[in-house]
Amino acid sequence: MSESPNVMTNEERVAYVQSKRKQTQLRDTMLALIGVMFFFLVWEAVVLTGLVDSKKLCSVLEVFKLFIVKFSDPNPDGALLLVNVWSSLLIALSGFGLAIVIGVPLGWLMGWYKGFDAFMRPIFEIIRPIPPVSWIPLSIVWMGIGLKAKSFIVFFAAFVPCLINSYTGIRQTKEVLKNVGITFGASNFTVFWKVGIPSSLTMAFAGIKVAIGNAWATLVAAEMLAASSGLGYMILMGRSYGRVDLVILGIVVIGLLGVVISALISKCEDFFMGWKRL
Amino acid sequence: MPMDKKKQVILSLRNISQSFVVKNEVKPAVEDVSLDVYDNEFLVVLGPGHCGKTVLMNVIAGIETPVEGKKYLKGEEIQGNDRRIGMVFQSLNLMPWRTVLGNVEFGLELAGVGKKERRAISQKYIDLVRLTGFEHAYPHELSGGMKQRVGIARAYTNNPEILIMDEPFGALDAQTRYAMEEEVLRIWKEEKRTVVFVTNNIEEAVFLADRIILLSNCPAKVKQVYDLSPLGRPRNLMDSDFLRLRTEISDNTDLAL
Repeated sequence: MSESPNVMTNEERVAYVQSKRKQTQLRDTMLALIGVMFFFLVWEAVVLTGLVDSKKLCSVLEVFKLFIVKFSDPNPDGALLLVNVWSSLLIALSGFGLAIVIGVPLGWLMGWYKGFDAFMRPIFEIIRPIPPVSWIPLSIVWMGIGLKAKSFIVFFAAFVPCLINSYTGIRQTKEVLKNVGITFGASNFTVFWKVGIPSSLTMAFAGIKVAIGNAWATLVAAEMLAASSGLGYMILMGRSYGRVDLVILGIVVIGLLGVVISALISKCEDFFMGWKRL
Repeated sequence: MPMDKKKQVILSLRNISQSFVVKNEVKPAVEDVSLDVYDNEFLVVLGPGHCGKTVLMNVIAGIETPVEGKKYLKGEEIQGNDRRIGMVFQSLNLMPWRTVLGNVEFGLELAGVGKKERRAISQKYIDLVRLTGFEHAYPHELSGGMKQRVGIARAYTNNPEILIMDEPFGALDAQTRYAMEEEVLRIWKEEKRTVVFVTNNIEEAVFLADRIILLSNCPAKVKQVYDLSPLGRPRNLMDSDFLRLRTEISDNTDLAL
């Protein structure tokens, strides 16, 4: 029977399934690359054929050239690309970090302790619908146009999803798991700490992911209104000088950084939620 | 008789009533239940679906406070939860973020037992429920029967004197259920505890119990108590005495709506 070509040993099957998986992975990577290439090709074609006015859209190569140049040339907006990136990242991450550190625990406490919820809810419900951008004038008056003012605005954008999700997450803690804690003689706080918080993590991370998107979007808006450096400022300067390439470079860099940050958060989630794998 | 000497009451409930206010109506769940649980016996609380069995168990475990009535453990009145009473819950009672070992250790961790000792005790009960080798598996990697084994091991770690099992096998398929019934008897024989086992399955009740307390339909009242010691152990599901008792209880059971 073992001579039959259709019957594989276990090792062979493992090797076969693994090689199949690798093939699929390779194919998907290729497709992803082709997709990106295709996008750039269409873009380039549109510009080269003159379908779009070159004042409105520049070629991919020009953007790439500018990308290289901006590493050493601060013109025309007055700062190197990396300085702009750093300045934006600093604002985004400080505001976002503060939103996590304050928003998530606040959501946990409100979700677990009914009295605290009753106390905080009205304040939160009023703050929640305020568009983060509408804090810009006040924050400039209070804190000028520096890092603090923009962090403050980013904080408001990121704070709301952090709080809502960790709140909802901890409210969904299974009754039976709380009861397990109670029968072992745990105090309400211990159940909160050992059962409630771990239960809520999936939701909390989903909130953090939404928050980073909000933070990033608000940051650029804030920088366009009140800044002397940063990616948003760079885009604004590009517009003032009629430099389409600078505007597009800013947009592309913002997009790429967004991808990197999301990937980092996913890694972080994997670390805390290792049990979810498989 | 020597048999009677063993029959020491360990837990008694006296006139327990529990009800809930739903909208503007009082819905009784348990009505005036008094019962005694004997030391080291396997007591089965049998009743139709949704008749307040879980509510009664939650009262014993101290998860709920009854509106009326008292409970005594070894003659002393107790209120709320007591570490001497452990509980095995209905399905889906494991923490998905903890491994088998992590779940089994949970009670010891809360009790402040040191890591080394925790490991040793947990391992003992993981071995007892025959999950050796699965210590580091996560709940979603386990079958339904294995998950309930984890729940049993977890309840045992705190060394409770009374073990409440609230329909632990309700969500299992028929084959696994039979296997787990035999397992629970094996575990009970190896590590003797007083067990209060809740079920709505008459066959399961007759297979497991030293005594059966039959509850009525909602609100739960004690309808009848059956002594099954004449049946002996191990039991055969096809034995004529077994079937006779099963039919008798079946005829006496209220239909759940």
